[in-house]
Amino acid sequence: MAEAAEGAAASLDGVLVRYPGRPPLGPIDLTVATGEIVAVVGASGAGKSTLLRLLAGLEPPSEGAVHRAEGRTGFVFQTATLMPWADALANVALPLELAGMARPEARTRAAAALTAVGLGDRLDARPRQLSGGMAMRVALARALVTEPDLLLLDEPFAALDSVTRRRLIEDLHHLWAARVPRPAIVFVTHDVEEAVYLAGRTLVLAGATGRAAAELASPGPLPRPACWRADAGYRTAVEALAAALARAMPALPVEAGP
Amino acid sequence: MTRLLPPLLLVAVLLAGWEVTCRVLLVPSYFLPPPSAVGAALIDRAPLLAASAAATFWMALQALAAAALLGGGLALAVSLSRPAEQAVRPLAVALQVTPVVAIAPLVMIWAGLDNADRAVVALAAAVAFFPLFSGVLTGLKSADPDLERLFDLYGASPVQRLLRLRLPAALPFVLEGLRVAAGLAVIGAVVAEFVSGSGATQGLAWRLLEAGNRLRTADMLAALACLMTMGLLLNAAVGLLDRIVRRRLA
Repeated sequence: MAEAAEGAAASLDGVLVRYPGRPPLGPIDLTVATGEIVAVVGASGAGKSTLLRLLAGLEPPSEGAVHRAEGRTGFVFQTATLMPWADALANVALPLELAGMARPEARTRAAAALTAVGLGDRLDARPRQLSGGMAMRVALARALVTEPDLLLLDEPFAALDSVTRRRLIEDLHHLWAARVPRPAIVFVTHDVEEAVYLAGRTLVLAGATGRAAAELASPGPLPRPACWRADAGYRTAVEALAAALARAMPALPVEAGP
Repeated sequence: MTRLLPPLLLVAVLLAGWEVTCRVLLVPSYFLPPPSAVGAALIDRAPLLAASAAATFWMALQALAAAALLGGGLALAVSLSRPAEQAVRPLAVALQVTPVVAIAPLVMIWAGLDNADRAVVALAAAVAFFPLFSGVLTGLKSADPDLERLFDLYGASPVQRLLRLRLPAALPFVLEGLRVAAGLAVIGAVVAEFVSGSGATQGLAWRLLEAGNRLRTADMLAALACLMTMGLLLNAAVGLLDRIVRRRLA
């Protein structure tokens, strides 16, 4: 992985990924600016999760180059992915302790990160004692505890109810806005409303090819003002993104009539 | 307590039926003694049976410890390398599917006729080896793939990954393997003792053989009851350990 260009947190340049037994994904070009929030939408198999793993350096590209600015990366998966045998505090302290930080210092920072996501009173809770939303908050705290410059989220709120999901999106915005400098966020989702609300721009991946089919900017300021979902600009952007996503979906086979 | 009541009631009914059948049909006692006679034999021979049970238990326990060390250690070593695992697994399966009775005479020769108890321990360990090896190996690889990725992302060392992720994830599998292996170790010890059959070992299997040769069926059944009880207790002990660890883990 090479150094990214000035002002960019990370970029993919002509990246192609080959898997045995299926067409390659890409080539894809994506530059994520420092402090920017980018949403990625696309059909299943369009390579959304692959894109995140490439950015995280968890998977090497078959062709092309991945550039990363100097800095730390945080990752949140589709499920909370907590260690069931450890309490919330130990789960959040893990990245720091793996990096060699002394335990008391790591635990102090982990407690602060948990307090920041509203779980300051659940430090000793085991994952099974937490609701889905709370577990996801712990995962978010774990991703943020290292103070990452690049935060990668892979459909993190997909399994949550809509109220919890909206609350977590607000919290994510505020945690993002509170950091100086702001971290870059790449957020994979299959929900067009979530994409428009959360991100400054949205990348639409074409079904099964991994290529970018479209890129749409979301209007308005980040974090969103109250009741922004009632805004006409938001509704228009959602419709435009939904249409772009529909065009990018692979064509459905038409069944022959009787 | 309410969980124990139905099986105890069933046992009581079965024993009563057995007793009545023996008395009403005048079944010869060498063929099937009534439970009262087995109970009398149990009391009569209590010191001898207790000593034999202790001998069998001790051999099974040594076998279990050896199997845990060898099986667990090998699984740990093999889990670090895929080719090593692919090389070792078929051999482990081969050991598992070979009947212990068939290799017993060979192990007897290796251990030497004067060391029958060593042969029994080795054979029982061979039987108990596979569930432990397989349990540890499966468990070490059972960690959530996303957690594995997280450890990749944060640059965990192999030791950190083992201690903080794979071993804790493996523990429930290890305990399940231990539970199966504990039962098998007792079976292995008994079978091996049967095959050695010389009286050089003084376990419960020898008591069974000895009583059988003299047609003392009540004594046989008393030894059998001891074996059964031992198996149940061992199973309960491992089950308890399993519950304690699970409560601490999750």
